[in-house]
Amino acid sequence: MQALYAQLLVGLINGSFYALLSLGLAVIFGMLNIINFAHGALYMMGAFVAYFLLNLGGINYWWALLLAPIIVGIFGMILERTMLQWLTGLDHLYGLLLTFGIALIVQGVFQNYFGSSGLPYAIPDQLRGGMNLGFMFLPIYRGWVVVFSLIVCLATWFLIEKTRLGAYLRAATENPTLVRAFGINVPRMITLTYGLGVGLAALAGVLSAPINQVRPLMGADLIIVVFAVVVIGGMGSIMGSIITGFALGVIEGLTKYFYPEASNTVVFVLMVLVLLVKPTGLTGRAA
Amino acid sequence: MPETAIAEAPAKAATGGNILQVRNLEAWYGESHILHGINFDVNAGEVVTLLGRNGAGKTTTLKSIMGIIGKRSGSVKFNNQDIIRATSDKIARMGIAFCPEERGIFSSLDVRENLLLPPVVRAGGLPLEQIFDLFPNLKERLNSQGTKLSGGEQQMLAIARILRTGASFLMLDEPTEGLAPVIIQQIGHTIARLKKEGFTILLVEQNFRFASTVADRYYVVEHGKIIDGFSNAELAANMDKLHTYLGV
Repeated sequence: MQALYAQLLVGLINGSFYALLSLGLAVIFGMLNIINFAHGALYMMGAFVAYFLLNLGGINYWWALLLAPIIVGIFGMILERTMLQWLTGLDHLYGLLLTFGIALIVQGVFQNYFGSSGLPYAIPDQLRGGMNLGFMFLPIYRGWVVVFSLIVCLATWFLIEKTRLGAYLRAATENPTLVRAFGINVPRMITLTYGLGVGLAALAGVLSAPINQVRPLMGADLIIVVFAVVVIGGMGSIMGSIITGFALGVIEGLTKYFYPEASNTVVFVLMVLVLLVKPTGLTGRAA
Repeated sequence: MPETAIAEAPAKAATGGNILQVRNLEAWYGESHILHGINFDVNAGEVVTLLGRNGAGKTTTLKSIMGIIGKRSGSVKFNNQDIIRATSDKIARMGIAFCPEERGIFSSLDVRENLLLPPVVRAGGLPLEQIFDLFPNLKERLNSQGTKLSGGEQQMLAIARILRTGASFLMLDEPTEGLAPVIIQQIGHTIARLKKEGFTILLVEQNFRFASTVADRYYVVEHGKIIDGFSNAELAANMDKLHTYLGV
């Protein structure tokens, strides 16, 4: 039974990363109509920025949680201003190919300088150790990742669904020309939204650094699963991405316990089933 | 007759000075040349209507003034400031509001969010109570999804949301299209009341019977040009010409 709970915890942690990453992808797709294949590379950059901040600047994990998303978010905004904005109105394929190319370049540069093996990033002192819950042993850092990710996801959902700024974002997703004609600077809002989505990926990278080590290909390993999560949840759906992210993490964890051979493919099997039954995803709306 | 002369021809039922001056406005959709030198004026406090057949260039004229059409040339002066190179968000912040033909109600927003979406760009917008006084239906449907409203209610919402912003110059693109006569009448009352409140309105209409109940002056648009213009007092005398222009 202990093993089952352990796999459930692993599933929840993976689900946290899936949710944070797919949330960023959903925000970017909803607003920019770009399938951001660079998301995995930007997640990796978040982890590397945390690593540099600690080893070159002596800046600890807590500051990295704040600074890395800002730094990588600014990098994302530069990408959007200099490259992605020119793809407005073009077929999705152009955005996908461009961001795929950006991902390959970013990963290649990091691989060139740091190789493929992982760099260590220590768990902060405050989050070391674990708690015995009676039915299982819970490492505190892992519990923190699940709780913190959930809070960030819900805060992002609240921002987009329940605030004035979110209303601008949702309206601009539907008709950016009209929203701009109301007096809102839509291009700037798009840049900031891309920065927000990228910042969420970088935040996931920082959270992941102490668990998975810091590796140039850490994002490439994850991004395909995250795309499957977004497709299952419904492209552009915020709550769909959050719920599906956590749910698929748990399902993956349970599969590891009950039928380990299928654990790497269960997400994709589910994706195929969902696409067959509901092509717009579980919470997506038809175009 | 030269176009500038046509633009100046209508007797001015003006209640104020010149607020909008359009000269030699040309616009393109990609390679298609749509407007071929539009000239007209709007004075503060009046309702001016652009009449014309489908595809004449009426909507494109409004969109060009609003900065929505990417490729345009000529001169558009609003309060003596040339806005031909300004982006639409900056034009909106100068006090011009646009209500599109397709109404532009956002399906992902409820009525309240739709209503509050356009930011207040300057003082002088109508407070919500006054807007609900004009459109009581909206108050009862605040929590409904915007696109779940009837066509008439959606039109009311589309007009209502630009009244809050403080814009003094409203451009309404075919506000009566597809609406029942009783709703058209209500829209007409609303426009008359807005005029009384001091709003300046540039209206695009194909329904000139409706336009005649609210407009001070008319311009006729054909093939991307203003081909005629007259005041409301001159409408009866120009009826035959108008029937020919509009093909009714």
